Amino acid sequence: MTETTLDWMALANRKPKGKRPEYFSDPHNEQAYSVLLALVGEVSVMRQRLDTVERLLETKGTISRADIENFVPAGDVAAERSDMTREYILRVMRGPMQAVEALEESEPPIETICDELLNN
Amino acid sequence: MSKVSSPPVPPYRAVKTHDVFPSVSHDEAARFDFLTHFNKFLASSLGRGNKLAYERRVLPAFRKEKARDPKDRFEIRNAMNRDPFHRLWSASKRNSMEMRQQNGRSIVLRQLDDLDARANALNEGKSTLQLDPTVQVPRYQSAVDIHCMPGCYHGEERPGDVSAGANYDCGIFATTAGALGGLSDGGGQAVAQWLKANYPNWKPRRVLDIGCTIGHNVVPLALAYPETEFIAIDTAAASLRYGHARAQALGATNITFIQHNGEDLSRWEEGYFDWVQTTMFLHELSGKALPQIINEGFRVLAPHGLMLHVEQPQYTPEMPLYEQFIRDWDAFNNNEPFWSAMHALDLKKVMQKAGFDEADLFVAGVKAVADRSIFPEAPTDETEDHGRAAAWHAYGAWKGGAPK
Repeated sequence: MTETTLDWMALANRKPKGKRPEYFSDPHNEQAYSVLLALVGEVSVMRQRLDTVERLLETKGTISRADIENFVPAGDVAAERSDMTREYILRVMRGPMQAVEALEESEPPIETICDELLNN
Repeated sequence: MSKVSSPPVPPYRAVKTHDVFPSVSHDEAARFDFLTHFNKFLASSLGRGNKLAYERRVLPAFRKEKARDPKDRFEIRNAMNRDPFHRLWSASKRNSMEMRQQNGRSIVLRQLDDLDARANALNEGKSTLQLDPTVQVPRYQSAVDIHCMPGCYHGEERPGDVSAGANYDCGIFATTAGALGGLSDGGGQAVAQWLKANYPNWKPRRVLDIGCTIGHNVVPLALAYPETEFIAIDTAAASLRYGHARAQALGATNITFIQHNGEDLSRWEEGYFDWVQTTMFLHELSGKALPQIINEGFRVLAPHGLMLHVEQPQYTPEMPLYEQFIRDWDAFNNNEPFWSAMHALDLKKVMQKAGFDEADLFVAGVKAVADRSIFPEAPTDETEDHGRAAAWHAYGAWKGGAPK
């Protein structure tokens, strides 16, 4: 076995073998959406790190990086952090979720309501 | 913070580690936490939009155009692939899979020297790991990278490494939203529990696990039957190296991992095994390899021996076409090219053709066994993560009848 000379930062991102399906009509949107979701994930990571820092400060008064790395949420803390992430995802994904609601309701366009109110 | 009704998603830190498990930093764990939640969100909250889009928009348009209903899951897929909601949902899910691979590979590759050394310490000089470099990776494992795992089960970043197995092990928790338990072994545990409950006196002498990858599901079986000799085979050396070290670390020393292709079991004589099984493996084969493996499995199975294949439910004529379509998503979007064809097979017929009597065939429902105080049971209603819910069908048969 040789010592690592691998550029692991680049290799981590390798494309899997197999043609990637196209989800949007414009290929730029595929890449923009991938960047966007990666950022959404990174914000969640930062929020969780901040939560860890706050909890450690509350209980210990001081913190070290090792404390952060060794932090294990359990019980109520795990449940609170689970709620935090769920709430975050629901808020970020508001647009697509509202599309689901719209499918449930099959509402008329706003112009139809304008016409209705004008004549009543 | 006020309580919400949704059951908490287990944190990544609830994962049980072992001597070859990669060390995971705070932020890497948080990345998996996000993906665990995001997968659950895609399966349940956002996922219900797929059926709504189908019923409210796609199906009416199909009927208008063709003056009939879709006749199979492929027609539904073609129509749904034009629907903007389904496209966004699919793009989200595909990205989630890719992000899981990115995080797993990042974790593993940055510490590969250490992981290789730890695996080596557990593997070196042990007769329970038998690698054979002449074994070819079959086309059905090399045509695409299954699960969008770069390198698939057999890939190496450098000769002899354990990167493929370690990446698979550390990320499966996020893909399955923790429903497989702390060691992601809920499937194997469920099989062990089912056997102990239904056949408490049965003591198999030798067991063959085909397509074991890193042994997630054979380890709990070996621990449940410590007197039994287990042989676990796979064509991917990269997975076997990690799997053997992992099994040793978990105390399952009664498993021999052998690099071998299940299509040819001639190295074992007729009737050598009391139990031949696969877990979530048949869907990663091919139209010719699957019956060949079952035929060979029948040959090496002893009288009153058990054959068992654990898979997601097969597509039967009773299963609605929409459900077949949504269960097929992984086939086309997560690099599972045999998934769709395999799930449409009549496994009972394949097993009968191999030599089993119809009367000896059975199908049992198995649900992942895990510590329910931490790991919630996977939903199996409309909010389930179709294709990877932790609930399966065990397609089984006793050769010449169950043992008395």
